[in-house]
Amino acid sequence: MLVSGSKEDSIKPITNRPNKRNRKKLKKRLKQFKGSHYFEFQNIFFKNLAILCALVGVLFLGLLLYDVISRGIGRLDWDFFSNPPSRKAERAGIYTAWIGTVWIMLLTAAIAFPIGVGAGIYLEEYNKKNRLSNLLEVNIANLAGIPSIIYGLLGLEIFARTFMLGGSILTGALTLALLILPIIIVSTREAIKSVPQSLREGSYALGASKWQTIWHQVLPASMSGIITGVILAISRAIGETAPLLVIGALLYVPIAPEGVMDSFTVLPIQIYNWINRPQQEFTENAAAAIIVLLFITFVMNGLAVYLRYRWQKKSKWQ
Amino acid sequence: MNLKEKIIENLLFCCALLTILTTIGIVGVLVVETFKFFIEVSIIEFFTSTQWTPLFAEKHFGILPLLAGTFLTTTIAILVAVPMGLCIAVYLSEYAHPKTRGIVKPILEILAAIPTVVYGYFALVFLTPALQNLIPGLAGFNALSPGIVMGIMILPLVSSLSEDALYAVPKPLREGAFALGSTRFQTAWKVVVPSAFSGIAVSVILAVSRAIGETMIVAIAAGQQPRFTLNPFVPIETATTYIVQVSQGDIPHDSLEYRTIFAVGITLFILTFILNNVSFWLKRRFHQAYH
Repeated sequence: MLVSGSKEDSIKPITNRPNKRNRKKLKKRLKQFKGSHYFEFQNIFFKNLAILCALVGVLFLGLLLYDVISRGIGRLDWDFFSNPPSRKAERAGIYTAWIGTVWIMLLTAAIAFPIGVGAGIYLEEYNKKNRLSNLLEVNIANLAGIPSIIYGLLGLEIFARTFMLGGSILTGALTLALLILPIIIVSTREAIKSVPQSLREGSYALGASKWQTIWHQVLPASMSGIITGVILAISRAIGETAPLLVIGALLYVPIAPEGVMDSFTVLPIQIYNWINRPQQEFTENAAAAIIVLLFITFVMNGLAVYLRYRWQKKSKWQ
Repeated sequence: MNLKEKIIENLLFCCALLTILTTIGIVGVLVVETFKFFIEVSIIEFFTSTQWTPLFAEKHFGILPLLAGTFLTTTIAILVAVPMGLCIAVYLSEYAHPKTRGIVKPILEILAAIPTVVYGYFALVFLTPALQNLIPGLAGFNALSPGIVMGIMILPLVSSLSEDALYAVPKPLREGAFALGSTRFQTAWKVVVPSAFSGIAVSVILAVSRAIGETMIVAIAAGQQPRFTLNPFVPIETATTYIVQVSQGDIPHDSLEYRTIFAVGITLFILTFILNNVSFWLKRRFHQAYH
């Protein structure tokens, strides 16, 4: 930890050249500074302030979890998972919402995974340094910074209206896939970048072509890094609410979707719906649904962290 | 064999090209619909009128109230996130034991993984009632409580990116400062922080951009009353909330009211686009500084 009261702290007062007049004053001050109290105080004060700031963040997280769990845990039973939404709070459940979430999650992953990984491979393995590649890089960085609700406007106009897919699961998944594409591309590139050149050279030396090298050597070596990125991206997509609201996901869906063209709702939208109602019981429902949503999010993030840890351990190539 | 390789390469190129198509799609959609909007509404009214009532009988199309709401919540979020985030970053980079850093950083990053609808719930159900005990005049929907919650949400963004910037400052700079008799505090704030300034600025700009585009927290807890005010205690409406509000209603497509969301969307897009590009530009310069 910190070398508190270290020697350098007491230097400053001595470097002031004393004249006769304030010598007495200075002596007094020097006494005060003995053991470098002032600078030590400054150091310790800041350190504690910073710890306090970090604690505020942690405390906030704790309060949030405590509030959600204490309010919602009582509602979590089998009926809550198996009942469709209802106008009566005590009968309402999240059945249609979590079925919708699973649909959206799987379809989004199925669309975004091949495209994102493909784009990542192209940018890392095939791309020549020219103006087009520069444009691609800048563009991907820009896409990552666009607010998610703008993707909702894109999905609404292009998928829902121009392609006439309406507020269906397919529209939602296509929109979210575009939204998480930059995350997948960036993490794919990072994973591929860490594969050492010697592995590729070995493969070429045995007569493999470029694609054979990528398919049989580079991809398997970087796969767990890529999967980590994809899991993080999907867990981000699960929590997204705004773009799905904009494309026309419904607040009230009584029947679980059965195909990609059905209308749908997802957990975050079900939560938003319940928060918006004045009755206390619906707030409890929202808290219970939040527990489920947070559970999924934390499990996925934990899985990603674990995979990354394992991958980093394994990929010490030398 | 060669043909197969070529086909695969082109397929992969198409994947990468899709990102450019996405951008073209976004800009195209926003521009076309906004163009139709400005045929019917004067652009001067859009930027100068202080009333935003496109859904009422008497229509006014001034975006200033929405921008004021966005500005208000963003400012509150930044006032929460930046001082705290910077303190945490300096602490983690200059003071803390590597083990402490290894624990604190991931815990804070959990904050960034929580879905925003959960933050909205927390602002409305927990924080607003708590603040109402302290501030008697606080309305049930207000800018203060979502602003604070948004600040906590972007705290890990500021603290992580700033910490990276501080960490990248070369060691000899610190050693020089220590050799001149500086304390750790003086070294951190008078030498390391100024050296990492552009990196810290990048994190702040990205945080601002994130706060401007954040939707669910303000849609749940800030209200839906477009007001040209800087009072954080009353209900307001942000640009993002308006888009959510309209897409929830049953407004016919191809109507003027429907096009307003694209006009608001393009404003939002341009704001965040400028901020993101300023941050890239800064980042590039700052990377050159030490290499």
